[in-house]
Amino acid sequence: MMRAAVIQFPGSNCDRDMAVAIRDITGADTSLVWHRESALPSGLDLIAIPGGFSYGDYLRSGAMAARSPVMQAVIAAAGRGVPVLGVCNGFQILTEAGLLPGALMRNAGIRFVCRTVGLTVENNQSMFTSGYSAGEKIHIPVAHHDGNFFADDATLDRLEGEGRVAFRYAEPVNGSARNIAGVLNDAGNVLGMMPHPERMIEAMQGGSDGRRLFEGLIREIA
Amino acid sequence: MKTRIFVTLKNGVLDPQGKAIHHAIEGLGFSGVHDVRAGRLIEIEHEPGLSKADLESMCTKLLANMVIENFEIEQA
Repeated sequence: MMRAAVIQFPGSNCDRDMAVAIRDITGADTSLVWHRESALPSGLDLIAIPGGFSYGDYLRSGAMAARSPVMQAVIAAAGRGVPVLGVCNGFQILTEAGLLPGALMRNAGIRFVCRTVGLTVENNQSMFTSGYSAGEKIHIPVAHHDGNFFADDATLDRLEGEGRVAFRYAEPVNGSARNIAGVLNDAGNVLGMMPHPERMIEAMQGGSDGRRLFEGLIREIA
Repeated sequence: MKTRIFVTLKNGVLDPQGKAIHHAIEGLGFSGVHDVRAGRLIEIEHEPGLSKADLESMCTKLLANMVIENFEIEQA
């Protein structure tokens, strides 16, 4: 049976939604792991860093969480090839931890953005995006204040050239460089994205475009 | 002993908060302000023996995000 862990930080608030999405869609034995743990459950097939406001966004969004004891174990697992999915605050934490390039800055329009946005699937060859067609337009909600992805031009060119832009906003949402909504690490086993796929897994939620991310992932892992 | 650490956005990095502050300053009727950049001041009380290298290491490991920010260390 597939095994997954969702990391909980003080201030995480999408941890349960993420665990439900993973459990319901993939059937994985999913545990919630507190950030003070220095070790992860053994034999994990997936680690999810959920959304929220870890440590009240003190210092910078994700900065404190990225230095939590559990993150050393997450970094080690990512290095071994374990898939790591960071959503929203999870994306911020992964950039702060150095697992993904760039930084997520205050939205260019200053305001918190909370709405469903259109996304283009830029790369459907990754383990996280194989459930989509290349160039497909999907709809997934965002809810963030610091989603403005920044990286220098050389880094952005490299990300684009290496197919590491997983998702792009179909229209400007937060000032993100090149409308980037989600990026992969160089090995392709770490994905950070601002939109919340776990909030779009069944029709009752207004759509199920997020569901195929998890469905694709289970096929890739199995 | 006290050390002040100033964390500022790198040149070229858009600063929406600075822009909003600039607009607010103009809204109060002040003119002649060309640009505003917002940063962060961190004051650290510490033993006199704490090295500059340790302070720099604190900055690069936590206090500043070197992708977007610079820091300056001002020892009293």
